[in-house]
Amino acid sequence: MYEFEYHRPSSVAEAAELVSKADDGALMAGGQTLIPTLKQRLASPSDVVDLGAIAELKGIRVEGDAVVVGAGTPHAAVAGSAEVQGAIPALAALAEAIGDPQVRNKGTLGGSIANNDPAADYPAAVLGLGATVTTNQREIAADDFFTGMFETALTDGEIVTAVRFPKPQRAGYAKFPNPASRYAIVGVLVAETSGGVRVAVTGAGSCVFRASEMEQALAGSFSAEALDGISVPADDLNNDLHASAAYRAHLVSVMAKRAVAAAQ
Amino acid sequence: MTITVNMTVNGKDVSAEVEPRTLLVQLLRENLGLTGTHVGCDTSQCGACVVHVDGESVKSCTLLAAQCDGGQVTTIEGLADGDTLHPMQEAFREHHGLQCGFCTPGMVMSAIDLVNRNGAPSETEIREWLEGNICRCTGYHNIVKAIDAGAKSMGG
Repeated sequence: MYEFEYHRPSSVAEAAELVSKADDGALMAGGQTLIPTLKQRLASPSDVVDLGAIAELKGIRVEGDAVVVGAGTPHAAVAGSAEVQGAIPALAALAEAIGDPQVRNKGTLGGSIANNDPAADYPAAVLGLGATVTTNQREIAADDFFTGMFETALTDGEIVTAVRFPKPQRAGYAKFPNPASRYAIVGVLVAETSGGVRVAVTGAGSCVFRASEMEQALAGSFSAEALDGISVPADDLNNDLHASAAYRAHLVSVMAKRAVAAAQ
Repeated sequence: MTITVNMTVNGKDVSAEVEPRTLLVQLLRENLGLTGTHVGCDTSQCGACVVHVDGESVKSCTLLAAQCDGGQVTTIEGLADGDTLHPMQEAFREHHGLQCGFCTPGMVMSAIDLVNRNGAPSETEIREWLEGNICRCTGYHNIVKAIDAGAKSMGG
């Protein structure tokens, strides 16, 4: 790790000020991605602003027909939350399958979506459930939030504070994990929402995306059979040592069917 | 530039001057001499470095010491009561839940966090929980047996 200055603010306002004043500041939530990146010297921020001590970022609450998860809430807390399990079981199950227990104790929802790793699980939940991302400056619809590989709509100094997940009629998540890292080689979240059926795919491409042809088929009949013969084009999918693009395209259809079958 | 971190380690108040980039595992091993916490992969995969911070298992190679300021840290050295082993340590000895022993401290710390959350884990739940702990001797079978026995004695 290169040297950096460390800050541990106790409020979002203080954190935003610290990161905006730094030459090249980095925000750190649970640190489960940033610290390994720093250790490999793949990043060299002048300042690390640790969001871990900010109480207002933590916690889960039900507000009407939505579950609001604080950005600093660790995956283990989402997985174990009675509120989440009751309202959106697919979200609890998704959180329970991230990484390993120790990573789930530290890694956070806000950190995951702000990083927008192409193989992360949470982007599929946020996009698939049609969630709204709240920051210290505004609200951002999921469809506008994820803009590319490791890229989001967040501007410099903008901090995710919470995500509002509207409760779906039903939703399911299925992933084919990398056996070493548990990152998604392909993960698909399907949801029947008040705004229609949504299908979000992570791991397969450079950024989470919606599979519109599958959404139309499931809008006609929310069943695994409705997806027979429907696949996403392999052209733009990831092609690496873990899986070829053609195999990933095949997995998208398989995982989508499993997610529909698991939906509740 | 250094910063001061204060924490409780195995029940004792500790204060140390460290660089901000110091990892928790470096503080434990190099500043405090608590070498029971091991560094295996150093990439947050193997779990040899698992300790408890505020009662939860974490990978101390993927945590800055500064993040634990004000926290309660427990390492493998903090489990036994004098010469009396913690029930989970005793179960690992009784069931030969180790071969070379390198992964053992992390396995024991991880297992205790599991039992704290789920007092009667099934064999499947134990195996799933060990996702983040790798035994390079592949001695998982006896580790699972040891955790099952340790869970029962912790409950009793």
